[in-house]
Amino acid sequence: MARDARCPFDPPPPLHDLQQQAPLTRVRIWDGTEHWLVTRYEEQRELLADPRLSSDVHRAGYPRTAAASGTTRVGFILMDDPEHARLRRLVTAPFMIRRIRAMRPAVQRIVDELIDALLAGPKPVDLVEAFALPVPSLVICDLLGVPYADHDFFQANSKNLIRVSIPAQQRGEAVRNLHDYLAALLLKKAGQPGDDVLTRLARDVENGELTADDAAGIGVLLLVAGHETTANMIALGTLALLENPHQLDLLRNSDDPAMVSAAVEELLRYLNITHNGRRRVALEDIRIGETLIRAGEGVICPTDIGNRDPRAFDHPDDLDLGRDARHHTAFGFGVHQCLGQPLARMELQVVYSTLYRRIPTLRLATGVEDLPFKHDGAVYGVYELPVTW
Amino acid sequence: MKVLLDQDKCVASGQCVVAAEAVFDQRDEDGVALLLTDEPPDDQAGDVKQAAAVCPARAIRYTTD
Repeated sequence: MARDARCPFDPPPPLHDLQQQAPLTRVRIWDGTEHWLVTRYEEQRELLADPRLSSDVHRAGYPRTAAASGTTRVGFILMDDPEHARLRRLVTAPFMIRRIRAMRPAVQRIVDELIDALLAGPKPVDLVEAFALPVPSLVICDLLGVPYADHDFFQANSKNLIRVSIPAQQRGEAVRNLHDYLAALLLKKAGQPGDDVLTRLARDVENGELTADDAAGIGVLLLVAGHETTANMIALGTLALLENPHQLDLLRNSDDPAMVSAAVEELLRYLNITHNGRRRVALEDIRIGETLIRAGEGVICPTDIGNRDPRAFDHPDDLDLGRDARHHTAFGFGVHQCLGQPLARMELQVVYSTLYRRIPTLRLATGVEDLPFKHDGAVYGVYELPVTW
Repeated sequence: MKVLLDQDKCVASGQCVVAAEAVFDQRDEDGVALLLTDEPPDDQAGDVKQAAAVCPARAIRYTTD
């Protein structure tokens, strides 16, 4: 469902109406199948944490986002425990809070150098190309052990992978390209080990804990999710702040890490860029409030509208960097919640506390109405953000 | 306050460490949560409640007297 072009930061208006009517409603999706649409915060959290709901895209009744969904295994997202937990735990260590904190000075250096380059270069400039994409791409490449020199290749393919509107064949091709690329890198790592995640995965393959195919799939997932999402939060977050100058001033004038951290949580809640809805299928009958979800029925939880539920957040449609929004579900909820969230949070804290202070006169170089928004992707954002200062 | 942690459920999101650093830590090899104390002092109660509320795997429970 597309967002309204006039309110680019808000969930689609029909979701708002449905949320007022009832916590769950029946909806028909693109392929003609009917599913439960969950629009309220509490019910979404309840269901996303319920092990009686399956994430397995191959099960009958699963609400697919497109015809090509699930044709190739991309990491562990579209599978259930215990297989999901086993694969996920192989790569959780690098995302521990302690390790992410240790990476912070390196991320600060990357951000500072990119801003130096921005200030020394021509203007106006596209902030997506010159800053929002390079920051998380450089960070995830370093963490995974992927050569950043290949960024044109993997960024182009990632973009297609998460685009729902392009033909299934083209999407499948993007997944295969990335898969082959990671598989080749993993083979190289076996001979030239480094201190990175791909080396660990290569070792797991050698030890027989992981198939080469699954290792490449996990690599694709970490690489794509590690840069696409954060890049969109940087660019769209900047746009939202430029449109709310009083809120932007709060960030620019504060050097309190707690304030910056709260601002990041609020922007995650408010923008909720993964806007296609978390999808599940019921394995058993589940009663939630007045509603009975029957075994085999699909469930869609769009967290963008859940995070705008007035039952969970006061004045939810206001961007209020001073509020406590930590309980938002922009990273999902339940066992599938985003694995990279500590990294994403740290990157956003560094970016939001640095960019607007170092370029205090940063402003849009075009009208909001001329910006190309990503209505057609699994991750929402802007394709370009021309800025000047 | 008494805190219970189910490590089998934990998905290593680390959110408990962010919310209540004096009560939770993470295991080096896989980031699974560790309970530093199962009877934290009263002034930690708010942090523990926050940790339980944001835990995506619902692996943290607590009882209060």
